[in-house]
Amino acid sequence: MNGEFLILFFVVAVALVGGAIVFASLIAPRSVNAQKFEPYECGIPTEGPTWIQFSIGYYMFAIIYLVFDVETVFLYPWGVVMKSMGLRSFIEIVIFIFILGFGLLYAWKKGALKWV
Amino acid sequence: MLLEIFSFSTLTANIDKSLHAWMAPWLAVVTELVIIGIVFLLFYAVLGLFLVYLERKVCAIIQNRIGPNRVGKWGLLQTVADFIKLITKELIPIRNADSFLFNLAPFIVIAASFMAMAAIPFAKGLHAIDLNIGIFYIIAVSSLGVVGILIAGWSSNSKYSLIGAMRSGAQIVSYELSVGLSLLAVVVFAGTMQLSAIVESQANGWWIFKGHIPALIAFIIYLIASTAEINRGPFDLAEAESELTAGFHTEYSGIKFAFFFLAEYINMFIVAAIAATMFFGGWMPFHIGHWDAFNRVMDYIPSVVWFFGKTFFIIYLIMWFKWTFPRLRIDQLLNLEWKYLLPLSLMNIVIIAFVVLMGWYFH
Repeated sequence: MNGEFLILFFVVAVALVGGAIVFASLIAPRSVNAQKFEPYECGIPTEGPTWIQFSIGYYMFAIIYLVFDVETVFLYPWGVVMKSMGLRSFIEIVIFIFILGFGLLYAWKKGALKWV
Repeated sequence: MLLEIFSFSTLTANIDKSLHAWMAPWLAVVTELVIIGIVFLLFYAVLGLFLVYLERKVCAIIQNRIGPNRVGKWGLLQTVADFIKLITKELIPIRNADSFLFNLAPFIVIAASFMAMAAIPFAKGLHAIDLNIGIFYIIAVSSLGVVGILIAGWSSNSKYSLIGAMRSGAQIVSYELSVGLSLLAVVVFAGTMQLSAIVESQANGWWIFKGHIPALIAFIIYLIASTAEINRGPFDLAEAESELTAGFHTEYSGIKFAFFFLAEYINMFIVAAIAATMFFGGWMPFHIGHWDAFNRVMDYIPSVVWFFGKTFFIIYLIMWFKWTFPRLRIDQLLNLEWKYLLPLSLMNIVIIAFVVLMGWYFH
C-alpha cells in the first residue's frame, strides 16, 4: 500500500473516538448538579483564574528544542547517504555537530538550561 | 533463507487475488481498505486492553501481590469489565472549559498513536504501509500526541491539568531529541529509513550486536528517552498522582479518559516495537553471521513470534522501570536530557560516523 492510504488510518482513528463518544453519550446516565461541573481541586471550589501567565522555564526549553529538532531533521538525510559518501560526509558531520554542540554549550553557559 | 510458509505476503496476495477475481477493481480496493481498517481497529483495542492487564499483573508480581484474578480466567477479562464500566459512565462537561478543544484532545491523541501503527512491520510481509521514510514517519507522527496532551491540559481549566500538561510538554519535546538521535544511529548503519529494509539488513545479526559499542549506547539512550517520551515512570511527573491527581486528564471522565489511557499504553507498544525493529531485528530471527545450520534452525520459529517476543520483552523492561525507580523532579528530568543524554547522543553520532567510515562493524 502507498502513503496515500495513511488517510485511511486517520479516518479509522477519528471514527473510533467519535463512535465511542457518541455511543457512550447515548447509553450513559445524565444528571445535573451545579457542583459536579466544577473543575477538580481537592474537592473545594477553585481559587482564582486558571488561564494565567505560566513559568517562563517551559518556554525556554521549548525554544532550544525547536533549534535542535530542526537540526535532527537535517541529520536524517545525511544518515541515509553516510555509507556511500564516505570521508567527505564524515568531515561535514564533524563540523556540523561541532557547531551544534557549541550552540548547546552557549545556551548552557548563558543559563538557559537552568530551571527557574 | 527464511521459510516462505511463515510469510504473510502469500496470504495477503491470495486475499488480494481472490477479491479481484469476483469484484470490480474499485470495489476490491474498497473491501481491502475496510478489512485493513477493521483488523487494525480490533488489534488496537485488544492490544490496549491486554497491555493494561499486563501492567497490573507485572506490578502485582513486583510488589508481591496477586493482581486481578476474579474476572475471567486469571483475571484476563478484568480490563474488558473496566472498559464496559468506563463506557457507561457519564461524560461530565466542565464549566468554563474550552469545550471545543476539550473534546478535540482525545481525537488527536488517539489519531497520533493509531497512525504510527500503520508503518510498523509486524511480521514478514505483514505491514500496512511500507514507507521509504518509515522510521522518520513514525517519529514525526508519534510526537504529534503531545499537541493533544497540551490541548487537554489547557482546555480543562483546571490547575492540576495545566501544570501536568506543561510538564508533559517540556518533557516530551526535550526527550524527542535523544530519541531521534539514537534512532539515527541505526539509520547510519543500515543506510536507509525504510523499516522493511532495516529489518532485512539484520539478516546476519541484529544491529545491537553488529554495531557493538556505539549501537549499545544508542539503545540505552533510546530506552531512557523513550520511557520519558511516553510519560511513564520514573518520568511520569506529568501525571504524578500524589501531587496532580491525574495530570493533564484529571477533568476527563468516562470513555474520554479511557482514550488517554489507551493511547498511553499503545504508545508504549509503539516505542517497544521500534526498539525491537531497529536494534533487535524486528521479525528477523536470531542469526549469527554465516552459521547457516544455526540460522536455519532459528528460521523454524515464525517471524511474528520473534517480533512480539522482542516487543513484549522491551515492554516488560519499561514496566519494570516504573515499579523500581522513584519519580524524578522536573529540574532533574530536564538536566538529565540536556546535560547528559543530548551531548552523549551527539558524540555518539560522531563515533558512529567514524565507525561506519572505517568499516569497524560487522557487515
